[in-house]
Amino acid sequence: MTNNHITSLNIRSLPVLDQDEALDFYTTHLGFEVRDDIDLGFMRWLTIGVPGQDSSLLLELVGGPQHDESTAAQVRELVTKGALGGLFLLSDDVHATYAALAEAGVEITQEPVQQPYGTDFGIRDPFGNQVRISQPNAASPAEVKDAYENA
Amino acid sequence: MELSRREDLNRRMLRARDEMDRRYAEPLDIPTLASVAHLSPSQFGRMFKQVYGETPHRYLQRRRIERAMTLLRQTDRAITDIAWDTGFASLGTFSSTFSRIVGHSPTRFRARHAPVAVPSCFIATWTRPRDSRFGEAGAGPRPLASSS
Repeated sequence: MTNNHITSLNIRSLPVLDQDEALDFYTTHLGFEVRDDIDLGFMRWLTIGVPGQDSSLLLELVGGPQHDESTAAQVRELVTKGALGGLFLLSDDVHATYAALAEAGVEITQEPVQQPYGTDFGIRDPFGNQVRISQPNAASPAEVKDAYENA
Repeated sequence: MELSRREDLNRRMLRARDEMDRRYAEPLDIPTLASVAHLSPSQFGRMFKQVYGETPHRYLQRRRIERAMTLLRQTDRAITDIAWDTGFASLGTFSSTFSRIVGHSPTRFRARHAPVAVPSCFIATWTRPRDSRFGEAGAGPRPLASSS
């Protein structure tokens, strides 16, 4: 394999329809912290991250100059239909996370379910993006495979 | 956040679709789903198809078959139990529907597919049957209920 010198996943972009609302949702409900909030004139560079972790999430407003009006409308359409990708987050107490989000009225798409790899549940952000939150168990990949085979 | 009428409709339909994903094993009906989307029952089926390109009934059946495929692949539970647990009211309907959509009987499907160890939500999404003809029998709107 060629050594391409890539060392990490640094920033991932998430399409949002309102940056202030996105910032409120991800910081208030999911505990993200602001990494950068910079008015570049042509765009608001707004990144957030999980405290203690290096990688960041760019809350990218749909409809910037990279999109013509028709394309922006199409992307907004896909976001609100839940057709784009989402996030996978880890929690060290998935049931507590679930309880807090349910109490806050966040849209729950699936209650916590025990899986061979751990326990996870699903929510949606205000725009339709899917967020899965998981608490892995201590099982090794081989043990997870065995658990599936012996379920 | 300002949403256009179309985007607001999308979000409401997405909530209804998420409700089907959560409660696929229950005898869901149109009024229940329409209330999630804040639409009248008569509007709901038409609007859902406009947004997602298929009727709520067909989406729900695909969801049920996808779940049955997962249970067949990852458990050794009796096929009758799987039929019940995925919202089908009879084994015969489950078997015939499964065979028509997946191309194999539940028994044969189980024999041909080993368990896989990746997040279940990805398995669910990527193994959901696509057959566009499925669930479209009859020209009029169909009530949503447990399959029988």
